[in-house]
Amino acid sequence: MSAAMSPEMTSSSSPSAVVPARRPGGLSWQRVLLLLVLLGFAAFFLTPLYVMVSTSFKTMDEVRNGTLLSIPMSPSFEAWSKAWSSACTGTDCGGLKPFFMNSVYMVVPAVLISTALGALNGYVLTKWRFRGSEVMFAFLLFGVFMPMQVVLLPMSQVLGKLGIASSVWGLILVHVLAGMPSTTLFFRNYYAGLPDELVKAATLDGASFWQIFWRIVVPLSTPILVVTLIWQFTSIWNDFLYGVVFSGADSKPITVGLNNLANTTSTVKEYNVDMAAALIAALPTLVVYVVAGKYFVRGLTAGAVKG
Amino acid sequence: MGALTISQVRKSYGAADILKGIDLSIDAGEFLILVGPSGCGKSTLLAMIAGLEHPTSGAIHIGDRDVTYLPSKDRDIAMVFQSYALYPNMNVAQNIAFGLEMRKVPKAQRDETVQRVSKMLQISHLLDRKPGQLSGGQRQRVAMGRALARDPKLFLFDEPLSNLDAKLRIEMRAEIKLLHQRTRTTTVYVTHDQVEAMTLGDRIAVMRDGVVQQFGTPEEIYTRPANRFVAEFIGSPTMNFVTAERLSEGLRAQGVTLPVNAEQQASINAAISGNGGCLYGLRPEHIRLADDGVPGQLVMIEPTGPETYLLVDTPLGQMTSRVAGNPHLHVGDTVRLQWAAESAHLFDAGNEKRLA
Amino acid sequence: MSASRAPRSPWLPKLVVAPTFLLSFLFIYGLMAWNGYLSLSASRLLPNYEFVGLDQYRALFDNERWWVALTNLGIFGGLFIGGTTALGLLLAILLDQKIRAEGALRTIYLYPMALSFIVTGTAWKWILNPGLGIEHLVQSWGFENFRFDWLVDPDHALYCVVLAGIWQSSGFVMALFLAGLRGIDDSIIKAAQVDGASLARVYLRIIIPTLRPVFFSTIMVVAHIAIKSFDLVIALTAGGPGYATDLPATFMYTMAFSRGQIGLGAASATMMLATIAAIVVPYLYSELRSKS
Repeated sequence: MSAAMSPEMTSSSSPSAVVPARRPGGLSWQRVLLLLVLLGFAAFFLTPLYVMVSTSFKTMDEVRNGTLLSIPMSPSFEAWSKAWSSACTGTDCGGLKPFFMNSVYMVVPAVLISTALGALNGYVLTKWRFRGSEVMFAFLLFGVFMPMQVVLLPMSQVLGKLGIASSVWGLILVHVLAGMPSTTLFFRNYYAGLPDELVKAATLDGASFWQIFWRIVVPLSTPILVVTLIWQFTSIWNDFLYGVVFSGADSKPITVGLNNLANTTSTVKEYNVDMAAALIAALPTLVVYVVAGKYFVRGLTAGAVKG
Repeated sequence: MGALTISQVRKSYGAADILKGIDLSIDAGEFLILVGPSGCGKSTLLAMIAGLEHPTSGAIHIGDRDVTYLPSKDRDIAMVFQSYALYPNMNVAQNIAFGLEMRKVPKAQRDETVQRVSKMLQISHLLDRKPGQLSGGQRQRVAMGRALARDPKLFLFDEPLSNLDAKLRIEMRAEIKLLHQRTRTTTVYVTHDQVEAMTLGDRIAVMRDGVVQQFGTPEEIYTRPANRFVAEFIGSPTMNFVTAERLSEGLRAQGVTLPVNAEQQASINAAISGNGGCLYGLRPEHIRLADDGVPGQLVMIEPTGPETYLLVDTPLGQMTSRVAGNPHLHVGDTVRLQWAAESAHLFDAGNEKRLA
Repeated sequence: MSASRAPRSPWLPKLVVAPTFLLSFLFIYGLMAWNGYLSLSASRLLPNYEFVGLDQYRALFDNERWWVALTNLGIFGGLFIGGTTALGLLLAILLDQKIRAEGALRTIYLYPMALSFIVTGTAWKWILNPGLGIEHLVQSWGFENFRFDWLVDPDHALYCVVLAGIWQSSGFVMALFLAGLRGIDDSIIKAAQVDGASLARVYLRIIIPTLRPVFFSTIMVVAHIAIKSFDLVIALTAGGPGYATDLPATFMYTMAFSRGQIGLGAASATMMLATIAAIVVPYLYSELRSKS
C-alpha cells in the first residue's frame, strides 16, 4: 500500500498565522500532541484501506484464522482473479470484468458530453447574457441538489418508451441530464472570471460566436476542464442509484456488480474476494484522485460552496 | 458630414438615463477627448460608437455611413481597452494579426502588416512572447499595434493609461500623441484625467451626468469654461470661487469689493436682475502676492519645484494662489492678494452658467 | 426611436443553449411533476393514472416502515451532520497550523470521497462483521468478552451507517472549512494577537464566527447528502436487519421497484423532494441574491 502519495494541493492563501512557525530548537509538547492527533486521524482514515488491501491478498483460511489487522503471510492473487473473472454476481458467475467494461462504456461518453454541454452553457450564460438567462440558470441550479428519487419512476417510463431502457444509452442519457446542472455551474463560475473585454475585443476584431468560443475561451479553459472531467468521472463511475434502476441485464455498471457480488447469499461468503472486488471498483477513481487530487479538491469547493 | 457625427444620442437602462441627448461632430484626423467624472456616461458613449451597445434613440455616423445599429466588425474601427484585453493564449504576433485573420486576409499580407506595425511601435523583439510575459507599457503597445494593424477609419481608446504608474503614463501619453501625429487617424479617447485631456486633445467634450457640459478646444475650455463644473473640473489646483452679491455698480463679497471691468459689468446687468447672486471665479495662477490687496494669513505652503501653491485664509474664504519659484514665506505670515478684473470668471449663482 | 432598425439581441446564443436547457428542465421539473402525479394516482405495480387525491400520502404516513425510515433519517441526519461538521472543522483547524506534512495529510483525509459509497459500504460491512471483524480483533487483543455486533443488531445498526458516513465525508467538510480558513485575512488575526488574545480565544471569538457563511453552506450540502443517502445503506446493511436501517431513499426504492407500490414510492419521493427543497431553495435564493 502506498502511503507516499502526496499530490500537490493548493489553497487560496498561506496557512494561518495564528501559531508561530516552529522554532528550530525543538518541538514543544503542543506540537507533539498536534502531530499525534493528526497521525491518529490518519490511521482512522487509512486503516479501512489497509484492511481492504490486506484481506484481498489473504486466503479464506487466513481470513478466518487471523484478524482484521493481521498481515497476509503468503499473499496470493487468487481473490483478485476470482473477483475479476469468476465470482458470482447473482445468477452469472463471470466476475466483475463485464461490469467494469459496462462502466467504461457508460462513463466515457457521459463525461465527455456533459462536460461539453456545460462548457457551452457556461459560455453563453456569462458572455452572451440575455433576458431571462439568469433565471434559467437559477432553475437549472436546483438540479444539482434535487433528490434523484423523484425522477426514477417517470424516467424509467420515458426510457422504456424510447426503447433504450436496457441499453447503456439509457444510462448515458440519464447521467448527461443529471450532470448538466453541475457542469454548467462549474463552467459558469469559471467563465464569469474571464474578462468581458476579451469577448468585446474579439467581437471588434470580427470574430463570430463560435470563433470566440474555440479560439479564445476554450484555450483558456484548461483548469476548469480538468476539474469538471475529474468530478464528472468520479460521480458517474461511483453512482449506484441510476445504475441499479436504469440498467438492463447487459448494461449494469460496476457498482451494481460489486453490490451483487458482496451481497449474494447463495454461496459461502468469501470476504477476500469481496475486498478484491471493492478495490477493483475503487481503483479508477482512486488513481485519478492520487494523480490529480489538486484539481479534485478545487472541483469540490468550487461547486459546493459557491452555490 | 464630419468624420464622426453623433446626433441626439440617448441611452437609458430601464428608469436610469445614462445619456441625455449627445450631439458631437468631429472632422477627419481630429483627436476627440471625452472627459468627465465616473458615471458621466463617457464610456457608454464610446461603447456605442464602437457598436458594443446600441443607443435608445439617436444616430451615429462615421463619415457618411449611418452605423447606429451596424455590428462592430462592419464599422471599420479599432479599440484599445482599459485592460488592453490581449488574448492570453496567443503570442504578440497572433494578437496583432487576429483581426486580420478574422477578415480572411492572406497570411503573407498579415505577416507583412505585423512586421510593419511592430516596427512602428518598437515591439518587434516581442513578437513571440505571450501577454503574460510583458510589462504594462509593452502590453499597451501591443494593444495599440492590434488596433493599428486594422488601419481603421476611427481609433477608440478607453482610458488606456489608467493602469500604468505615473512615470510610464507620461511616457505613453507622449507616444500616443506622436502616433496620432504620424497616422492622422480620427481618434476618440475617453479619460477621467484632465491633464491627459488637455495635452492630447484637439477638442474636448466635458461630460457630466449624461450631458455634454462644453465642447471645445483645450484653450477654449480652459480660458472660457461654460459653467462652474467645467471651470472646477479642468485646471489644477482648482479655481477659487467666491459667492458675491450684486451692487448697483460692481460686486461685493464679505464686505470686500471685487474688481469688475466694463464688459463684465454689462454681462451682469444683462443676466441678473435685482439682487441675484454671482459666482466669482479666479484661477490660482492669476492671484499674485502684492503690497496692496485682500489681506490673508498663510495656512499651507506646497512647493512643487518650479512653482509654489499658497493656501491663504482671507475674508473671502480660503484661496489658493500659484506663484513662480519660491517666495520663502512661512505658515502664519500675513500676505496680500491681488488680481486683475479680466482674470475673473463670472457665473450665475443660480444656474452656474458663465456670464463673462 | 426607430424600432424597425434596432436589431434584436443575437439569436445564436439562445439557440445553442435552448435544447439542453429545455431537456434539463423537462428532466428535472417535468419528471418531478410526473412523479407528483404518480403520487396522487392509484399506481401499484404498474402506473395507473386514476386520480386518488392524497390517498397514497395517507397510506404513507400510516405505514410503520415509513415512520421508521423518517426517524432513522432524523437520527442518522443529525449525527452525520454533527459528526462530519465537528470532525471536519477540527481537522481543518489542526491542519491550518503550518504542518510540514500538510499536503500528505490532506490527501489521506480526503481520499474516501473518491470512493463510491458502495465500496465504502462493502468495506465497512467487512470491518464491522460480527464474527470476524472488529469484535474478533479486539478479542484477539485479550478482551475475551468484547462484543460488537451492532451491524446485525436492529437497535444499533444505524450507528454503523453513521460511522461509515462520517468516515467517508469528513474529509470533504474539512476541505470546505480549510478553504474558508485560508480565506480569512491574516491581518485580522495579527491585530487580535497584538491585542493580546490567546490562541483559543482567537479561534473561538474571531475565526469561527467569521466562518459562519461556510458553516451554512457546508451544513446545507451535508444535509442534502444525508437526505439522499441510499448507496451506503444498501451496501452496508441493505436496510436491515429487517428494515431497522431503512431511510426514505431506500424505502422509496423498495416500495417502487420491489414491492410493486409505485404510487406509494412516488409519494415518498415527493416527501424527500419537499424536505430538500425546504433547505436548498432559501439557501440558493439568498446566494443568488447576494451575488447579483
